[in-house]
Amino acid sequence: MKRFLYELEESWRIAYAQMRSNMTRSILTALGVVIGIVAVTLMGTAIGGIQVGFDKSMAVLGDDVLYVTQWPWKAVDDWWNYRDRKKIQTEYAETINRIIAATPNSNLVVAVPTSSLMRSIKYGGNEVENVFTLGTTSDFTVTSTIDCKEGRFFNEIESRSGAQVVVIGYDVADVLFPSESPIDKSVLISGHLFKVIGVNARQGTFLGLFSWDSMVAMPLAAFNKYFNLKNQLDVPGQNQGESDVRVKVKDKTKLAEAKDELTGIMRRARGLLPEKKEDFSINEQQAFKSTLDPVKNTIAIAGLFITGLSLFVGAIGIMNITFVSVKERTKEIGTRKALGARRRTILLQFLIESTALCLLGGFIGLTVAYFMCFGIGKAFPSFPIQFSFGLVIASMIVSVLTGLMSGFAPAWSASRLDPVTALRYE
Amino acid sequence: MDARQPVRQLGPVVIDIENITKDYVMGEEIVRALRGVSLQIRRNEYLAVMGPSGSGKSTLMNMLGCLDTPTSGRYEFNGRNVAEMDDDELAAIRNREIGFVFQTFNLLPRATSLRNVELPLIYAGMDPETRMERATQALTDVGLGDRIQHKPNELSGGQRQRVAIARALVNNPSIILADEPTGNLDSKTGEEIMALLEDLYQRNHTIILVTHERDIAAHARRTIRLRDGVVESDESTFVPQLETVAAS
Repeated sequence: MKRFLYELEESWRIAYAQMRSNMTRSILTALGVVIGIVAVTLMGTAIGGIQVGFDKSMAVLGDDVLYVTQWPWKAVDDWWNYRDRKKIQTEYAETINRIIAATPNSNLVVAVPTSSLMRSIKYGGNEVENVFTLGTTSDFTVTSTIDCKEGRFFNEIESRSGAQVVVIGYDVADVLFPSESPIDKSVLISGHLFKVIGVNARQGTFLGLFSWDSMVAMPLAAFNKYFNLKNQLDVPGQNQGESDVRVKVKDKTKLAEAKDELTGIMRRARGLLPEKKEDFSINEQQAFKSTLDPVKNTIAIAGLFITGLSLFVGAIGIMNITFVSVKERTKEIGTRKALGARRRTILLQFLIESTALCLLGGFIGLTVAYFMCFGIGKAFPSFPIQFSFGLVIASMIVSVLTGLMSGFAPAWSASRLDPVTALRYE
Repeated sequence: MDARQPVRQLGPVVIDIENITKDYVMGEEIVRALRGVSLQIRRNEYLAVMGPSGSGKSTLMNMLGCLDTPTSGRYEFNGRNVAEMDDDELAAIRNREIGFVFQTFNLLPRATSLRNVELPLIYAGMDPETRMERATQALTDVGLGDRIQHKPNELSGGQRQRVAIARALVNNPSIILADEPTGNLDSKTGEEIMALLEDLYQRNHTIILVTHERDIAAHARRTIRLRDGVVESDESTFVPQLETVAAS
C-alpha cells in the first residue's frame, strides 16, 4: 500500500516533468479536451438553465393547485369529444367555495375563478398589444405567489366591487412607463381607464412559457363588465378568451383525494347524472410536467451526446500523444524495468500522465466555460444560466475518466514491453 | 599468470546456472543464442564475461540480470528458482538483488542525480526520508556528494557513470552487473570507473563485468569466455599491481 503511494507520487512527478518539458505538445493535446469540456459544460449549464426556467414557469402554476378546464393539459387525439363540452363558467368558483365551506375536513381551501383575453394597453404614446389580460378575485394571491415590486395586488373590496384597478407585469410596466412609476397612473385597456395599483417583480420569460412579466390582472367583476367573455366566445375570429377555475389544495401530499373531492363537486355543479362521463378536466402541474419532461430529457440526452463527441475527439488526441510518449521513452521504460519497476508501476505511470493532461484540459475548459457562462448571463439576462458546483465536480470526474480511458491502451502496451527489447531500443 | 590464488575467501553461491539454453525465433529461423551454459558465481567474486559479438554474451547477461528467462536449464539466484518466475517476481529480484550499470548510463535525463539514485528505492517501497538518506550516501560513496542536485546534462560522462553506479549500489544488491561500463568513456575516465569498481570489490561487493575489451576484463579476478553460445574457458586471473595497491 505504502509502496503504491510512493509509486503514485513518483508517477505524478514524472507526469508533471513530462508536461513541462513538452509544453507545446501538452497544451495542444490538452486543447482537444479543453474544447470538449467547454462544450459539455456549456451544454450542462444550458440544460440546468432549461430545468430552472422550466421549474420557474411551473412554479407559476403551483404544485398545490388544481385547474378545472374545458380541455385537458395534454395532447388529445379525440379532440371532437372535448370541443363541444360546456364552457367552464367563473360562477362555478362560488359554487365550489360554498360546498367547501359546508364540507368539514375538506381537502380544498379556496376556488378562484379566472378569465383571460388578449388586449392592448395604452399609456400616453406607448402601447403594448396582445397582453394577457386576466380577470380574477383577490383570492388569486392564495393560488399563485405574486411578488409586487411596487404597489400591491387588489384587495377583497376592490375585487367584489369590480373596481377599475389593474396590476401590471414587469415587462408591461417597462414599456408603458419607461421613466416614471406606474403607480396611480391610469392606463387604457380597450378604451377603458384602469388605475395601476401594483407592478409585479421580474420573473423572467423562458422558451415562451407563461410568465407574469407580460400580463395584467384586474378584478373579475370589472373584467366581465368591459370584456364580456360570453359575447367574445361567440364571435368568430375574435381573440378567443377562456375561463377556468383554480382550486387551492390544503395538503399537496393528498392531491389525489383533493382531485376526487373536486371532481364530485364539479359533477354536482354541472348536474351530471352518475352514469354520465365528466365533461370537464381537472389538471395539475404534474400533468403539464409529464408532457414536457420527455421533450426536455430528449434535448438533454441529444445535447450531451453531441457535445460528448467533441470530448471523444479530445480523448483520441490524448491517446495518440500517450502512444507517442510510450514510443519515445521505450528505453526509459526498459531502464525502469531493470531497476525493478513492475508492470503495474509502468501502467500507472502512463495512466497518470494521460490523466494529468486531461485534468489540465478539464481545468482550463472549466475556467473558460465559467467565463463564457458569465458573459452569456450578462448578455442575455433572461436566460437562466446555471453554473453549479456539481457541474465542476462532474466535469472533473469526466476529465479523469477520459484520461484513464484514453491512456489505458498505450499504458497497457508500455507495461507489457519486454525489458530486454526496451533496453535495446534506440 | 603465476600466482593463481583467490584474493580472499569466497562467500556462498549467489548464482547457480546449469545447462541453460536460449532460443530466439527470428522469422523462420531459430537462433540458438545459448547452447547449454553452466556457471556458478559466489559472493565477493569479481567476474568478467568476455566474448566476440554473437557469442551469446548479451543473452547470458540478460539471463544473469533476470531481464529474461532461459528456454531450458536451471537458474537459481540465492537458492530461488528464477527460470520459472513471472514478470513481476523478476522485477522484484532485479530491484533487490541486482544493480545494473549500463554502457549508455541510462539515467533519466530530467531528474537530478539524487532522484535517479532514489528510483530503485521507490520501487522497493521505501519511505522518502530513508530514500533521501541512502541515495545521498550512495552518491557520496562514489565521490559525487557535491553533485546530488545536478541533472545528467550538467555532468561529465564519467560522473554520469558514477551516478549510475550509485544507483546500482543503493539498494545493496547481491550482484552488480556492469555491461560495458567504460564503452562510452575515454580511456582515462574508463580507468577511473574501473578503479571505482575495484574499490567496490574491495568493499565486499560482487561484480559481474560484461565486456569485449581484454584490458578491461583484466581487472576481474575470474574471466569467462563465451563462443557460439557455450563457455569456451573459465579461468581465474590475477593482477599483481592491483593486489599491491589493494594491500597497501
